[in-house]
Amino acid sequence: MKKLAVISGKGGTGKTMMTGALATLASGRIALADCDVDAANLEILLSPEMISSEPYYGQKVSFIDNDLCIWCGSCKDSCRFDAIVYENDRFRVNPQKCEGCAVCTIVCPAGATSMISQEKGRIFLSKTSIGLLAHARLNPGSGSSGLLITEVRKLIDRNAGDADLLLIDGPPGIGCPLIATVSGVDAVLVVTEPSRSGLHDLQRVIRVAEDFGVDVYVAINRYDLEEDVSAEITDYCTEIGVKIVGRIPFDSNVIRAVRNMEPVTVYDTPAASAIKELWNIISTDMGII
Amino acid sequence: MKIVVASGKGGTGKSTVSANLGSCLSANREVILADCDVEEPNLHIFFSEASDASDRTCGQDVTVPVPSFDPERCNLCGKCANFCRYGAITVLKDRVILFEKLCHSCGGCRIICPNDAVTEVPRAVGRVIEDDINSNLKLITGVLNEGEAVGIPVIKKVKATAEDAELVILDSAPGSACPAIETIEGADYCILVTESTPFGLHDMALVAEVVRQAGIPAGVVINRSDDRDEETEAFCHEHNLPIIMKIPFSKKIAAVQNRGDLFSSVMPEWQNRFIELFNLISSTVKKERVI
Repeated sequence: MKKLAVISGKGGTGKTMMTGALATLASGRIALADCDVDAANLEILLSPEMISSEPYYGQKVSFIDNDLCIWCGSCKDSCRFDAIVYENDRFRVNPQKCEGCAVCTIVCPAGATSMISQEKGRIFLSKTSIGLLAHARLNPGSGSSGLLITEVRKLIDRNAGDADLLLIDGPPGIGCPLIATVSGVDAVLVVTEPSRSGLHDLQRVIRVAEDFGVDVYVAINRYDLEEDVSAEITDYCTEIGVKIVGRIPFDSNVIRAVRNMEPVTVYDTPAASAIKELWNIISTDMGII
Repeated sequence: MKIVVASGKGGTGKSTVSANLGSCLSANREVILADCDVEEPNLHIFFSEASDASDRTCGQDVTVPVPSFDPERCNLCGKCANFCRYGAITVLKDRVILFEKLCHSCGGCRIICPNDAVTEVPRAVGRVIEDDINSNLKLITGVLNEGEAVGIPVIKKVKATAEDAELVILDSAPGSACPAIETIEGADYCILVTESTPFGLHDMALVAEVVRQAGIPAGVVINRSDDRDEETEAFCHEHNLPIIMKIPFSKKIAAVQNRGDLFSSVMPEWQNRFIELFNLISSTVKKERVI
């Protein structure tokens, strides 16, 4: 199975729009994963029908048994994450801040702290008209998402490991969610936009992605809104030997499609044609039938 | 007063709102702009006076403690590796290996070691850059080093650097996970910047819930509005979130933005609107404090 992740560095450049469009264009057996778990939007475009839903726990978090606590405060003093608070005459764990290191369990002289599982979100496997989709929901305020992304990737591998192509809608940024998304894929498509911020963020995310030894493709979305910056992006990519596989024009039909919760390729529009050309280049290059 | 600018969905205009608000307010008062989107910091792009954040010699290193194992004292018992919840330590036949990027700096290995073989040494994970933009406006930029997974220590350092200021505007990372939560914590007010699409609304709803749980008053800025904001307005009404500004979609604003300029400088009629926005926020915060 070939694996392609759509990423961006800067948010809001059109990752989900692109992933949804590519999903409709690819032939063969397609599997999908939404790895932007704290702002998961692919399901809005693909109206999935849920097959299964399982809880996500992540790292266990600390729990203080107030019947055993002797109020010495050593747990609070040792916690590097400020996850233990003293209020209303008792020590309490703030599970949002607890990173599950378990240091409090080894410093407590009274055996009052233990590590417990707590549901931090849910992982779903769903059916779409295109193929199986693994996606997730992180409970608001539930912290880290890198581990959840790894679980989403495992779920789709278990259920659709024999698909021809896994298409991943990735997160913005360069931190743990991005790293969990990029590790183990064959290629990334970086969707950027012709703005100073877009270029700056593109450079950072390409450098991080290249460290993972993946092939990097770049698409400039709304390229005609600022052609000078688009030219700079092109020069930058040429200089570092990264292929620009598409330039998508600004097209008000894209907003219309998103508002109608449809992939942009359902309309015959300039943006859709540009994405079709882009897919021809990537699929040939990656050797996808 | 600490005002955090968050969004859920990326690219809705957090940095635009932060930079323009900060710049307009600095005409009359001291302001600190704190870029807490440390994975992709962009505020510096709006100010030609700012340092180049991609220059790795700029600013002060942010470090986290990681273990160092003294081979003289270590008897390879493996208790540290066994304790580490992050798989960051492996004990071989003749030495201990640390995978430093997996380390969360909890300090547990040092505590659990029966032979006092573990000390902690600083490891740089990012930088904090301070720039004086004008006599009233200071920019503090947090930059996570490329390849690092966790930006929280850098965000904490940015917040600590801005701690004593009268007025701080914090530009958050997108999403509703740890970076956004860390930035939002301790704020007096949260501006939620959204766009009128199903994506913008869905993601704003998630971060609005984080803000609500934290008990922080919030208001919504609808960016790139094309006056088809009914669904966003209905959501805001239902959740008691006032719409405090609308920035219309205009190719002129987009072009100013894309070049990395402040649209309130090019279109000065916006200066008063940002000052009014601040006055509205300020009176909301004062009211909350009385309650």
